[in-house]
Amino acid sequence: MTTAEATPTKTVLSEPGVLVPGPGYDVPGMDVRYRDAFNQTLRDELNHDPDVFIMGEDISGGFDRDTLEPLDAWGGPFAATKGLVQDFGPERIRDAPISEAGFVGAAVGAALTGLRPVVDLMYFDFVTVAYDQLLSNAAKSRYMFGGQTKVPLTLFARSGGGTGHAAQHSESFYSMLAHIPGLKVVVPSDPYTVRGLLAAAIRDDDPVFLVNDKKLINMTGFCPEESFTIPLGKGRYLRHGSDITLVGMSYTSVVCKQAADQLAEEGIDAEVVDMLSLSPFDEDIIVESVMKTNRVVIVDEDTPRASMASEFAAVIADKAFDYLDAPVKRVTGPHTPVPYNKGLETAFMPQPEDVVGTVKTMLGV
Amino acid sequence: MRISREKLHWLYEVMYRIRRFEETMLEQTFRGNAMGVTHPSDGQEAVPTGICAHLTEKDWIGSTHRGHGHCIAKGLDTKAMMAEIMGRYTGQCKGKGGSMHIADFSKGMLGANAIVGASVPLAVGAALTAKYRGNEDESIGVAFFGDGATSQGVVHESMNLAAIWKLPVIFACENNQYAEATPAWYAVSTDDISARADSYGIPGVQVDGMDVFAVYEAAGQAVERARAGDGPTLLELKTYRYHGHFHADDPKKYRKSDEEEEYAERDCLQHFEKVVTEQKAMTAEQLKQIRDEIEQEMQDAVDFALNSPMPPMEELYSDVYVEYSNSLVGLR
Ligand SMILES: Cc1ncc(C[n+]2csc(CCOP(=O)(O)OP(=O)(O)O)c2C)c(N)n1
Ligand SMILES: [Mg+2]
Repeated sequence: MTTAEATPTKTVLSEPGVLVPGPGYDVPGMDVRYRDAFNQTLRDELNHDPDVFIMGEDISGGFDRDTLEPLDAWGGPFAATKGLVQDFGPERIRDAPISEAGFVGAAVGAALTGLRPVVDLMYFDFVTVAYDQLLSNAAKSRYMFGGQTKVPLTLFARSGGGTGHAAQHSESFYSMLAHIPGLKVVVPSDPYTVRGLLAAAIRDDDPVFLVNDKKLINMTGFCPEESFTIPLGKGRYLRHGSDITLVGMSYTSVVCKQAADQLAEEGIDAEVVDMLSLSPFDEDIIVESVMKTNRVVIVDEDTPRASMASEFAAVIADKAFDYLDAPVKRVTGPHTPVPYNKGLETAFMPQPEDVVGTVKTMLGV
Repeated sequence: MRISREKLHWLYEVMYRIRRFEETMLEQTFRGNAMGVTHPSDGQEAVPTGICAHLTEKDWIGSTHRGHGHCIAKGLDTKAMMAEIMGRYTGQCKGKGGSMHIADFSKGMLGANAIVGASVPLAVGAALTAKYRGNEDESIGVAFFGDGATSQGVVHESMNLAAIWKLPVIFACENNQYAEATPAWYAVSTDDISARADSYGIPGVQVDGMDVFAVYEAAGQAVERARAGDGPTLLELKTYRYHGHFHADDPKKYRKSDEEEEYAERDCLQHFEKVVTEQKAMTAEQLKQIRDEIEQEMQDAVDFALNSPMPPMEELYSDVYVEYSNSLVGLR
């Protein structure tokens, strides 16, 4: 029996369709920053299971030339792992050279042989440097070896535009990961969900990729004090409404919520579904909501072709066709790389106004 | 080694232009005029300068996230570079690329690249084109990359390819001893990166990258070898970046001041000034005149950039393909 099974944690949001716990949710907690919730979860999981360790570039960052001790000068990109090396040491908080294919592959090998590696890939774009290891080794080993093995690997990286990092540091290509059988993908949207989903990802026995949109990292929000997990594959409602469904994922869930607030001022009652997981994903919550509102807009910062937005639209067409009063609409990035110039970059990303405009066009108001 | 007066003038001018460009663009970054992150290369000027001194517009270079020095040494226009960093339409890439993606194909500059190691095979490919075409121009490729990049598989694959196909390419490893906060002694398995050349059967040379004369000489031999059709060379240029990894990084968190001071004392510009004045090859007045001209150039570059328009919204959709029949506009 692994320690993971020995120590039960509380599972919240086990039912699809539970309204978001937030301020007022009846467990002890407080407002924390997304990055701090993330860091705390890593700390919890390192404490929880000695087989958990973290690898990545500059996750502590720097070593003293004379003592050879880690300096924790960076504490990871966006300080995700700050302070961990002091408490868990450089064996478990393992700085890696710039060798994404190498250390992701090594993490797969470690996972195949009993450890529970967590890999920080820094920017989401660097996934492609290690894509072969993810696709051909991490995701397929269990299947092609006839179920002899499992790959309890967690990876995370930062996605999205908005910081002027330009074409090679701003991708949101979720669908490139969700397309892979054998790999799970989760996209938290606030401090609460990153805590629950990261813990669930690390405890899960399959490879799981957690994507952090950069725009969420400094966001503050409610987070329970105690460790907990959110089940993979479940979405949640951020707002109940009756006129139209807005489906978001990662930061676009925030965009949807902002759009719904603007729409409310104009008397339009939008429901907001936050997907939280992209593979597996919660078909039921989308279908349930669309059956109620009869209209849906899916908001995705990824480029539009062969995207998660397309996938959700296909599920709705298949399972809720008879309930639709209007064509399914998607609000997405353009079919282009992410531009550097601030104005163009802002235009690339779906804004609340774009969602509001699309909703109004659909409702003919 | 003899260097013509003309070339000496060029070396100093280019090194000083890089130094002042980096300082000026940092100042502009802190004023909020750059639109994203910038990675200054001051301290390392002797490396691109000493190498590009042997190149013409028919030669190609591949560059990195820390690419401003490579651009300037390859003759790119500082106005268009500054405008690019400020995201302007008049920028080298219409404001669509930014600091980490400055390119000028008319000058043989294959682009700064924000994926560590990713530009190295591009320089190999440029050398392949040259060889494929019979290399009438004797053009060559130069791949600039850092100590950190030597940990990437693609860098090793590139060296092996270039070696077996005897391509006219130079692998210029700028070993500034850090990759972000990570020291090379931690991340690189050897303290002699140039020795790795042995395993590809190509020459490898370790060079003092703070001394432009040493770089100039070593690069001259590697260039000659490449142009003669004798294949690639790996140069490891030991150097140092004066600033942090990117504009907002504080290097004091992971570097010791005695090390920083040691390199400051070996500053490439001061070393150059000392050598040329001692040997009476250039006068203090000549050097000052070059500096004054560059001061003006920097002022002009900033003014030009600040007064330039932003790209029009259509630019979001241009240049994705040469031709494409579907709409590229985001779904709304
Ligand atoms: C594939 C990839 N991994 C990680 C990064 C993040 N990153 C950017 S620069 C850098 C360090 C590069 O070090 P080095 O090659 O020595 O170049 P230097 O910054 O010292 O010029 C890292 C890790 C990246 N841009 N691309
Ligand atoms: Mg370096």
